Amino acid sequence: MTTFTPTTAAEMLSAAQWALSEEAPLEIVGHGSKRGIGRPVQVEHVLDLSKLTGVTLYEPAELVLSAKAGTPLAEIEALLAGNGQQLAFEPMDYGPLLGEAPGRGTIGGVLAANLSGPRRLKAGAARDHILGIHAVSGRGEAFKSGGRVVKNVTGYDLSKGLAGSWGTLAVVTDVTFKVLPAAETETTLAVRGLYDEQAAAAMALAMGSSAEVSSAAHLPYPAVARINGGRFGSDAATLLRVEGFAPSVTARLAMLTALLKNAGPLEEIAAEASKSLWRDVRDCAPFAGADDRPVWRVSMAPSECHVMVMALRRQTAVDAFYDWQGGLVWLRMESGDPEAELLRAFVRKHGGGHATLVRASAADRAALPVFQPQPPALAALSARLKEQFDPKAILNPGRMA
Amino acid sequence: MSGLAMPKADSETLARRATIVADLSAIVPGEGVVETVNEMRAFESDGLTAYRQLPLVVVLPETVAQVSRVLKYCNEHKIRVVPRGSGTSLSGGALPLEDAVLLVMSRFNHILSIDYPNRVVVAQPGVTNLGITRAVEEEGFYYAPDPSSQIACSIGGNVAENSGGVHCLKYGLTANNVLGIEMVLMDGEVVRLGGRHLDAEGYDLLGLMTGSEGLLGVVTEVTVRILKKPDTARALLIGFPTSEQGGQCVADIIGAGIIPGGMEMMDAPAIRAAEDFVQVGYPLDCEALLIVELDGPAVEVDHLIGAVEAIAIRNGSTTCRISQSEDERLAFWAGRKAAFPAVGRISPDYYCMDGTIPRKELPRVLHGMRELSEKYGLGVANVFHAGDGNLHPLILYDANKPGELEAAEAFGADILRLCVEVGGVLTGEHGVGVEKRDLMPEMFNETDLDQQIRVKCAFDPGHLLNPGKVFPQLRRCAELGRMHVHRGQVAFPDIPRF
Ligand SMILES: Cc1cc2nc3c(=O)[nH]c(=O)nc-3n(C[C@H](O)[C@H](O)[C@H](O)COP(=O)(O)OP(=O)(O)OC[C@H]3O[C@@H](n4cnc5c(N)ncnc54)[C@H](O)[C@@H]3O)c2cc1C
Repeated sequence: MTTFTPTTAAEMLSAAQWALSEEAPLEIVGHGSKRGIGRPVQVEHVLDLSKLTGVTLYEPAELVLSAKAGTPLAEIEALLAGNGQQLAFEPMDYGPLLGEAPGRGTIGGVLAANLSGPRRLKAGAARDHILGIHAVSGRGEAFKSGGRVVKNVTGYDLSKGLAGSWGTLAVVTDVTFKVLPAAETETTLAVRGLYDEQAAAAMALAMGSSAEVSSAAHLPYPAVARINGGRFGSDAATLLRVEGFAPSVTARLAMLTALLKNAGPLEEIAAEASKSLWRDVRDCAPFAGADDRPVWRVSMAPSECHVMVMALRRQTAVDAFYDWQGGLVWLRMESGDPEAELLRAFVRKHGGGHATLVRASAADRAALPVFQPQPPALAALSARLKEQFDPKAILNPGRMA
Repeated sequence: MSGLAMPKADSETLARRATIVADLSAIVPGEGVVETVNEMRAFESDGLTAYRQLPLVVVLPETVAQVSRVLKYCNEHKIRVVPRGSGTSLSGGALPLEDAVLLVMSRFNHILSIDYPNRVVVAQPGVTNLGITRAVEEEGFYYAPDPSSQIACSIGGNVAENSGGVHCLKYGLTANNVLGIEMVLMDGEVVRLGGRHLDAEGYDLLGLMTGSEGLLGVVTEVTVRILKKPDTARALLIGFPTSEQGGQCVADIIGAGIIPGGMEMMDAPAIRAAEDFVQVGYPLDCEALLIVELDGPAVEVDHLIGAVEAIAIRNGSTTCRISQSEDERLAFWAGRKAAFPAVGRISPDYYCMDGTIPRKELPRVLHGMRELSEKYGLGVANVFHAGDGNLHPLILYDANKPGELEAAEAFGADILRLCVEVGGVLTGEHGVGVEKRDLMPEMFNETDLDQQIRVKCAFDPGHLLNPGKVFPQLRRCAELGRMHVHRGQVAFPDIPRF
């Protein structure tokens, strides 16, 4: 086994060209923090991007940052925080869920996995903030797309095309992201003791108000007990995050409180406590740790999700909690069986969406479609795109299959 | 661009026109096929009126099944197809081709579902941008991206162009507000991407489709996010003696962590033209006029108005007015919104450009434009989406004077080259179309362009959908796809490894 560790884009290109010439597939690894996701890639050679590092441009007033793909996310987030800015899409950290150390992961991996967090609801995902890339395709060709300005429709948006491609179309060597001011402060309003259905209604009410709620999550028991050091005890908590300038946050919180006064007991969680709360939601803390029960990440229309979970519960034991106004549900399968077909049938029945098996034994990941299978015409289109960019399947073969 | 070369018309297709019209009439019966020269005149150009071309035939389908059958038929018979929404494109994206079917989506004009709990609207592609807001405003909701053409342009066209508007700085472009589409591929296959849920399960094909200018598929349904209207909006009208000061003020506002709902700048010629036209009291003694709009809860807006005012004064503003009523806020905007027609009054013709630059380069680009203006002997007025660096220079010319159109186009091309030179791009929101097609190599080398054409090859390998747009030359997919790989061709790379 050879692990290539390029330190420049040029070295990266020659590794890809060699792999192509040898038809020797590569596993593309940033920090490997999300290696536990997707079909296990079984290849002889690894392309390790963790030495392709460095922020190459950061202009806070222009809201733009460029970095080499292997730059640690933690380094970028610290740099931005020092200037009162942030990646507004709040990329999650898969480390804890996969039973590994937190704080790892590269900016290239953020794009390749199209990461986001609770603020996805208002601010979008990595795909919504990527402005430009440099990359090397599976044809061993170095190319660029996009630029460094916020508004740009010159040609197809290949940067978005690589978001969520898990390194199967091209290896990104440089990324340029739009960055945004971090909120001055935040407060979370928790409504306590709601059933899933009531929580869905409360969250829809809040999101449909002008309180500009930036995140909305619902933690039923037992997930709620594993958030924020157990501060909520065992009563369900429905969380609404309000961010911005202090006077505005106060006013919008009052608006929400009036709106939800009859929904259930209310509780305010201020500033730092609110931040750490949302970090736990973001990183799927209720299911974190060295645990091999399968975990699914399911995205559906918010109003359908809890209905689907209820139906699923009649068939199998699941532990669940919701983010994105209820549209994102994290499911842990208590029996140890991923129940892929059962779950996906229910998702289809309840308006559609997609279910990704984000934690499972290597055997399950090898045997099951980890990513949501697509209808034939769409699957064929995706396969044609893969064929265009990586005809010899040298990049992460099988990872998304 | 006046000597625009379009793909050579296929003589066989032209010769078979009568059969094709008959076949298409069978697929889309009734009023769905328009074939007389007189009736087709209405479709011979889009918003870039310098170019005109009658299509082979115009088809106005009403159902997805019809779209699918038309495309399948055209695919089988190698007939080109140009999709069209409302025809407001400013880059010639919907310009017909002599041998192509013009597929007009205007009869797809229904809102299919309004879903407040999930905050989405599902609309057919021919619904106008404003039509979506109109459908939900009674409940206090709206659709955020707001191109100035919103009264006319279609949501399908917005997806195809990834359109923006003054609110895009804070609320995002079309790409950030569309959750799903249904589209028909050139071979007639119907594919759905996304829906009421977030993110894609595989490749972000929705991201590729948005801004693809009708070259990848025909959009037949769009699911968009709607937002609750902000409680209040107020605006500041700020004048500066120099564009440098105006630019610095914009940078400082953003530096203070403020992302306004809208932030627009105008230069002296644009200010004068607008004030002459609408008389809303724009100060005429400044080189740069900034409109900053803040929206949200009243407390927030009041708080930020104070902050922005302080920043403006610190940067040497000579005027700084704060709207005290909704009427006054609208008056501040009236001049900016009427900038195009206002310029239309001072010049027989004008040509609207659309580059984006890193904001800090504004003074340099304005200076360069003044030099070019002298070189070409043509005036230029600038309106500028200041928050995101998107420039709209309006070049003044008279099409009746021989050579002026050509000079205006050459001037425009030089402006866009300048935008690219300072780190910007050819187009911020109007698209490449035919207009900027031949400038693409200013920004992309051949390998870069090849990757884009490869996307095209995955969707439409026969290059039948909207050919002649976006790409300066269309490489055949078979040729692009060829791989000559021999083992041992490349030496084992000398790269750090373990
Ligand atoms: C006065 C004026 C002001 C404008 N202001 C703005 C502005 O502020 N911001 C901005 O971004 N743009 C602006 N525009 C440009 C234009 O309105 C937008 O590009 C708009 O999105 C085009 O929509 P349309 O329905 O008119 O599309 P068309 O002009 O008909 O077509 C545009 C492109 O989209 C393709 N297309 C259309 N419908 C479909 C479909 N259903 N499926 C696949 N492809 C399709 C066409 O092939 C073509 O390539 C302005 C135009 C005018 C005339």
